[in-house]
Amino acid sequence: MSAAASPAGHRVIEMDNVSVGSLHRSGVTVLERVNWNVESDQFWVVAGHHASGKSDLLRTAAGLMAPIEGSYRLLGESMPIFEDSRMEARLKVGLVFNGGQLLNQLTLGENITLPLRYHRDLDEAEARGRARAVIEALQLSPWLDLMPGGVGRHWQQRAGLARALVMEPHLLLLDDPLSGLDARHTAWWVAFLGDLGLGKHAFSSRPTTIVVTVDSLSPWREVATHCALLEDCTLSSLGLLRGAEASEHPRVREFMAHRRWAFDPAPGI
Amino acid sequence: MTQDGSTPAEAVQVDDPASALALPRWSAAVGRGLLRALSTVQGVVAFALITLAVLLRKAGAAHRLIRPMIRREVDRSGLQLIPMFAFLAVALGLVVIGQTVSWLSRLGAIDFIGPVMVIAVVRELGPLVGALVILARVGTAHVVELGTARALGEIEVLESLGIDPVHYCVVPRVVGMMAGTFALTVYLILGAIVSGYAWVFLQDIPLRPEEYFRQIAVALRGMDFVLLGLKTLAFGFIMAIVTCFHGLARPIRVEQVSRATVRAVTQSVIACVVIDALFIVVYLTIG
Repeated sequence: MSAAASPAGHRVIEMDNVSVGSLHRSGVTVLERVNWNVESDQFWVVAGHHASGKSDLLRTAAGLMAPIEGSYRLLGESMPIFEDSRMEARLKVGLVFNGGQLLNQLTLGENITLPLRYHRDLDEAEARGRARAVIEALQLSPWLDLMPGGVGRHWQQRAGLARALVMEPHLLLLDDPLSGLDARHTAWWVAFLGDLGLGKHAFSSRPTTIVVTVDSLSPWREVATHCALLEDCTLSSLGLLRGAEASEHPRVREFMAHRRWAFDPAPGI
Repeated sequence: MTQDGSTPAEAVQVDDPASALALPRWSAAVGRGLLRALSTVQGVVAFALITLAVLLRKAGAAHRLIRPMIRREVDRSGLQLIPMFAFLAVALGLVVIGQTVSWLSRLGAIDFIGPVMVIAVVRELGPLVGALVILARVGTAHVVELGTARALGEIEVLESLGIDPVHYCVVPRVVGMMAGTFALTVYLILGAIVSGYAWVFLQDIPLRPEEYFRQIAVALRGMDFVLLGLKTLAFGFIMAIVTCFHGLARPIRVEQVSRATVRAVTQSVIACVVIDALFIVVYLTIG
């Protein structure tokens, strides 16, 4: 990795009184007065129920949507960024969509190398070479020449992660990455992201700041550092995840107790 | 309020109930249609200007990704349609020459075959028929592909990767359709002229090939070549813009893609006819 790391303790996300709109329902505010700071090397899990605004929060954080109100700075740069001249700052954030959201006209390999080919002006072979370490770390080599419809959802999801990682983002945002995954793949994702957050991968010598939206906190206990809760159109920052484990807040206890069957199957499942 | 205490609207109803009720409904429907049409024209023009700006500003950007995509679009809008255009050329030769020459020979006006071919095939039918066939074969595919991509969130993915959707999705299609429309129209006209003589020959009309081609060459002027080029490029540009606009520029759900396709085809046909009318004015102006 050639990109310089953000200094530890440096602000990555700074949201000040931000109101988040809905991507699919124009004019609707899904989150209000969000005051949220994420520092470099932190690993955040943001828990919320379905339709609580998790995806819209991540899209705003990734710069796909402008905040309705308030100010949002990413690594000191005011967001969103649409100008070509500030594109490098925009590329410091990677977004992994739920299900991978691959382009259906391209193979998995072409999907992964697309940002490299566009922003670094490489041909397919050169881009594959650059992305090889990421592809191997994600065990995607056998699937590269298949179309997205020809592989399972978990491999599509991994290809979506690889596509975000090839641009060496400082901040990685993941939208509910465990949904629809079986036990083996769930364990792989948690371990992989944990190592990525610590900079333990061969393709990433520096820690990556990570924000994951989830519907259960329990799988992330060992790897995440901080947590937040989306409830009643607000984001409540709970601070350190270890501290939150002892919380008496009923919603926190609910998200902590909500274990994926993949990790701890209930009797009879 | 009027003097008798009624509102102006109520007063109108009392004076002439029929016109007061019928006219507003009629005029409201026309007004709504007009506003919708103006809004669409405004959107298409804005989209065309954005596309032109991206085309010029990012001409060399990411060329190792974009140029192969342009080649694929030229292939799709051009090379793959050659068999169909060969058939059309033969058909057009039959329609124009097979019918016209027969009547011109009966009237003893066989010397007009050249001007008829130039006006009918080179100036009018060739470009318009070529454009409409490309619209049917490729323009509809643009709306379906882009509309589905938009509905499935793929455009959002491109934006998240910092990839300009207009540069990635629209520019190759616009360039491909312009090149395809120009090249295929030229092939269509050449094919129609050649096949036209075959129909003359089959009808046993006493017109030697050198005389046939001489008449056409004499009737053709330099401006015909220039205007043919401009017209076909304009057709290709406007068809690509309208179809991409309906697939890409507005939020769309999967179930709305078919309706957007119909709308895009209708508006493209109208746009081509309007452009054709403008070129007729140019032809008439320059004599």
